[in-house]
Parts: sequence; structure tokens; C-alpha cells
Amino acid sequence: MTPAKASSRKTSFSPMIHSYLRMDERFPHVWCPGCGIGIVFGALIHAVHELKIPKKKLLLASGIGCTSRMPGYLDADTFHVLHGRALAAATGVKLARPDMEVVVVGGDGDMLAIGGNHFIHTARRNIGMTCIVLNNYNYAMTGGQQSPTTPRDMFATTAPYGAIDDPVDACLLASGAGAAFVARTTTYNFVQLKRLIKTALSRKGFRLLEVVAQCPTIFGRLNRIPTPKDLVTWIKAHTVTLEAAKKMDAKELEDKVVTGVFVDREVEEYSERYARLVKKVRNAH
Amino acid sequence: MKTIAKTGNEAMAYAMKQINPDVVAAYPITPATEIVQIFSNYVADGEVDTEFVAVESEHSALSACVGASLAGGRVMTSTASQGLALMHEILYIAAGNRLPIVIALVNRSLSAPINIHCDHSDTMGSREAGWMQLYCANSQEAYDSLIIALKVAEQTAVPAIVSTDAFIISHAMERLEVLEDEEVQRFIGEYKPRFSALDLENPKTFGPLDLQDYFFEHKRAQIDDFSKVLGTYNKVAQEYAELSGRYYPALEEYKTDDADVAIFTAGSTADTAKEVVDGLREQGRKMGLVRMRMWRPLPVEEIKAALGKFKAVAVMDRSDTMADFGGPVFLETRGILYDAKKKPLLTDYVYGLGGRNIDISDILRVYDEIEQVVKQGKIDKLITYLGVRGEE
Ligand SMILES: Cc1ncc(C[n+]2csc(CCOP(=O)(O)OP(=O)(O)O)c2C)c(N)n1
Ligand code: SF4
Repeated sequence: MTPAKASSRKTSFSPMIHSYLRMDERFPHVWCPGCGIGIVFGALIHAVHELKIPKKKLLLASGIGCTSRMPGYLDADTFHVLHGRALAAATGVKLARPDMEVVVVGGDGDMLAIGGNHFIHTARRNIGMTCIVLNNYNYAMTGGQQSPTTPRDMFATTAPYGAIDDPVDACLLASGAGAAFVARTTTYNFVQLKRLIKTALSRKGFRLLEVVAQCPTIFGRLNRIPTPKDLVTWIKAHTVTLEAAKKMDAKELEDKVVTGVFVDREVEEYSERYARLVKKVRNAH
Repeated sequence: MKTIAKTGNEAMAYAMKQINPDVVAAYPITPATEIVQIFSNYVADGEVDTEFVAVESEHSALSACVGASLAGGRVMTSTASQGLALMHEILYIAAGNRLPIVIALVNRSLSAPINIHCDHSDTMGSREAGWMQLYCANSQEAYDSLIIALKVAEQTAVPAIVSTDAFIISHAMERLEVLEDEEVQRFIGEYKPRFSALDLENPKTFGPLDLQDYFFEHKRAQIDDFSKVLGTYNKVAQEYAELSGRYYPALEEYKTDDADVAIFTAGSTADTAKEVVDGLREQGRKMGLVRMRMWRPLPVEEIKAALGKFKAVAVMDRSDTMADFGGPVFLETRGILYDAKKKPLLTDYVYGLGGRNIDISDILRVYDEIEQVVKQGKIDKLITYLGVRGEE
């Protein structure tokens, strides 16, 4: 793949960001103005750049959805597989090429609904990859259906009277499954977002970062918070840090999203364990 | 009867509303999302009595449909492309358990690469699953076909897929005549399942282990049931014509009586080809069109009779078999014609993959070339990929 040439387009992006994007081949992108995906993408690029991860060592994988369009725009090795299957495909990459820095991005539907099974088992195995779940509380690409993370009483096209299901907590799920690193932040907090991606990239095993992000076009509109600014402010208003949450009771926490690092522990990465086993078995014969 | 304007998706959702199934379980996918989206509004507004289950994948959607159908319910769902592919293993479960589930489908290409536009690779990839398949040419037909298919499915205990072309039909607004709700209800009648898991007086087990001893007999019985679908279809289509004034044969012929050559194709392209035929006839060129509407089961005798009268026929396939032998309609038609007393020279045009536009000039070209085949009395090129860069 040839590196993207600095585009002739006049934009306010820095040349650094440009150098990671396929400006000439793939732009303009499909995302709506004010969408949270761009913030997460930007933070990921900054993190990769600051950690000096060579493009040749970076693999970005995704399933299907608005979020999952990211690999089309990144000038690195990327792939876009089936809806829900990115973690399974990325597992294959990591086992074949343990030297690669594998990053998987996806929406809440991709990762927790249709791909929920892979999510649990990839976390359980602690295979070395960073998984960013962009939680915009709905299936945005297909028009705003209720997803497993849609909060109670919020609206979706398949929940016209408000959701009655209890949502799943991606961080609890990954923690329960045994992931080495589990954290959550929001698009409101770009600095923390970038820092957490950097931390995740420098840990071993399965690293989950959930990012609560705004989808103004669909989720915002259906819930009468249609402007990006108001939606990000709404996200912030419903966020508390882990430290603050410790001093709050269940009632106070009912409609809150807790941000921070929930799990950060050392594990032996799966592809290393696998390589060790292969060596042992081969030596025995 | 009233006249309204609806897209293909709206038409299918409206037919589903009038059918008023007991259970609909679905997962969204472009370009079929709207069908269940609109239907879920009917549910939310209390216009139907359906239990609507918003599951987390198509695999779960069809599995939920299987459960509901086993329990004796009238069951429908909707999907496209990857959704049908993800349903693949359950397609066989539904058919093997004789569950007359109906899928309102929009034909869309299969990945990779990702594409959301029309071709027939999704349903053509499920030909062996034991489902009846109807390919529609417009919104009116999609509406009518869902109602017909449901009745045929329930009478034969064979599940059915009714499909339209992505965007060309699914999203285009057309004039439509619809029946009254009561007329549809009277037409489809009450569903009386052959067997139901909820028959508490006679408990039964469905789908248990069935090895070398009896599996084959059970499959043979399923194939036997499948062979009755065409006969039931013909009867039900006739009844529907009496009710609605619209008759849909399994295989449609258009201006074929005195024609030497014909195109054999399906879906919206067939409607475009009719325009071309009309134009050719104005020029005095006697050419016809045969439209395949039902492709499972295969209307074998109808195809032999219809195609046998031409000197040459160009099949237009909107998918490929990856057998290095053209598309599935071509391949199967060749098989059907093998022992026909009279058979045409048969060529194949694979076209429109991934929604590549097919317009009047493309179809004209096919007619020109097939006319040339007749003049020469032989085929120069058996399989052509129409409108592909680097091909010609
Ligand atoms: C097997 C399959 N089923 C359904 C779809 C249609 N589909 C595409 S994206 C999507 C959901 C997207 O929601 P999410 O994963 O939350 O991502 P977002 O668009 O919100 O970023 C669905 C259902 C598909 N591509 N493949
Ligand atoms: S629909 Fe929502 S998630 Fe998708 S690009 Fe637009 S704002 Fe972003």
C-alpha cells in the first residue's frame, strides 16, 4: 500500500493526521457532521503516532456498521469483515503474526449483539489485541434500532415507547470474561480517550476500551437531542468517574455511566502461550 | 380494492400487516430493514396482533421463527444478503421440520467485497435448502406474491422466500392495488399446522438424531412434499387471480408466440426487457421474453415447453455459480433442456453483479447477439459477462 499523499484539499486537519489517512483514495468519508466516530478515530491516530507504532506493524480490523467503516480510511493494513466477526478474524491474524499490533473497532451492535459470542471468548482467551467498542447506544448504520446497550426508556426505531430491556455493560462483560485491561471513557473527554488508547496499546492480552460516543443523526434525533453539542453535553452529564462513583449509592448511579480503568492486570498473552506449547510439543517428538 | 403508492419494501410490509402473522422475529439489514421497520410500527400502533421479537442476529431471528412455527404459529421474517447467509443452517432446520415460515427478502450481493446493491447471489446460494423461491419484477408482484406464498407454504408445509431486487424495487415508489384486510384474511384462511409442539395431548419431538436407519427415508419424504409445491402453487395462484384479477404463473411468457429468439431472465430486469421487446416489435423484429418467477421448485415442464419453441435463447443470470460455467439459471436450464425434444441454442449473460446498472441498450445488445446466433446457426461465445470493464 502506498502512503497517502498530503491532500491538496484545504482542511483543518494537521498534516500528521493526513499522513495516516487515505485522503486521495477514499475521502470524503461517509460519517455525518458531528458524529463521535471521527473523535475516536482521531484519538486512535494520535495514540498510534505518539507511541511510534510503525504503520507496517499496525492492523486495524472491523465488522460492519458506521464505526466499522474506519479501516477503509486508515492508511495501514486493515480489513473489514462480516458483521460481528472482526474479533474472530483478528484472532487469526494475531496467531499467524504475533508481532502485529492488532486493533479492532466496532459498534455496540457489532461487538455485543451479533458478535457478542466472539467478544466473550476473545476476552477469555486474552489474545493480544485492543478492542475499541464505540457505544452510540443504537444500530446507527441500519437506521437506529435498539441495541444491547440502549439505556432503559430511551427511544430507538424498534423501541418507539422506550426500551424495556436492561442494557448490557460491555466493561462488566469483558471483566467477567477475564480481560487483562478494561476501561471506559467518552468522546467528551478527548485527552482521557487518547491516554486510555495509549495505555491499552501498551498492555498485553485482551484490552477493551468502551467509548460512549454521540450519534446525533439517529440516536440523538430519536431522543430529541439532535445536535452534536447537546448530545455530547448529555453524555457528559450522565458520566461519573470511577472515584466519584465509589461514593455514590445505587440509586444515584442508576442513570450514570462510570468512566475510568476497571481492570489492569498482567497476563500471559495467548499467542505467546500458544507459541510455547508448539515449541514444547515439537521438542517432545 | 384500493390503489396506493408504495415502494417494494412498503408493499411487502403492508402484505405482512394484512397477513397478520403470530410471530415476526428479525434483525435489520440494508436494503430490507424497512420491511420489518415499518412492520414494527404496525405492531407498536396495535394494527396487528403479532409478537415482534427484535433479536441480536439473523441466526437468532430464524431460530426464533423456527420455535414459533413449531409451536403452531403463522410466522414471517425479512432479510437480505449476509442475513440470509447467516440464516443458512437454520434454513435447512425449518425446511426439514416442515415449518412454513415465509421470508420477505430483498436480493443483495454477498460479501466480499461489501456491496449493498442488487444481485441474486444470496437466494441462489440457498437453492438447495428446501425453500420455495419466488423472484418478483415489481412492487405489485411483491405484495401479491407474499400472500400467495404464505398460502402455498402452509398448504404444503414448505417454507418460502419471496424476493425483490435491492433498491430497484425495494426503494422505488410504484402504483399498487391492494386488497382489503378481510379479503386477505379470507384468502389465506386459518393456519392449521400438520404437527405442533404445543399439542399437549400428543407430545412430539422435532428434529432428533436420525442416522443411517431412517434419515434417508425422511429426506425422501421431504423431497416428495417439495414436488407437490408447484401443483399447489398453480392452484393458489389461480384462486388469487380470481380474487384480485392478477395472475402470476410460475413461468411468465411475454410476446413469445411467433418469436424465434428470447431472453430468459428474472426480477426487475424482466420488466425492463419487456420495454425492449415492445420496441423491437415496432421495428418488426419478432423477439420474446420468458421470465422465471419460481426457481424452487423448478417448473421443469413449463421451461421445456416455453423455451423449446425458440431457435435461440439468451439466459440472463444475476449471479454466478463459480463453477466456471456461468450462472445458475443457465446451468439448470441446460440440464432441463437436455432431454427436450426441441431445444434452442442456449447462451448465458451474467450481468448486474453488485448492482451494476442494466439498461435498455444492454438488453438490446443481447437481443442483437442472440439474433446473430440464429443467423450463424452456432454459438461463438457461450458465457458473456455483460458490461464488465476489460471484458470486451
Ligand atoms: C449478517 C448481517 N446482518 C445485518 C447486517 C446489517 N447491519 C449493518 S451494520 C448493522 C448494525 C450497526 O450497528 P453497530 O454495530 O452498533 O454500529 P454503528 O453503526 O452504530 O457504528 C447491521 C444490523 C449485516 N451487515 N450483516
Ligand atoms: S448515523 Fe450516527 S453513527 Fe452513523 S455516521 Fe451518522 S452520526 Fe455517526
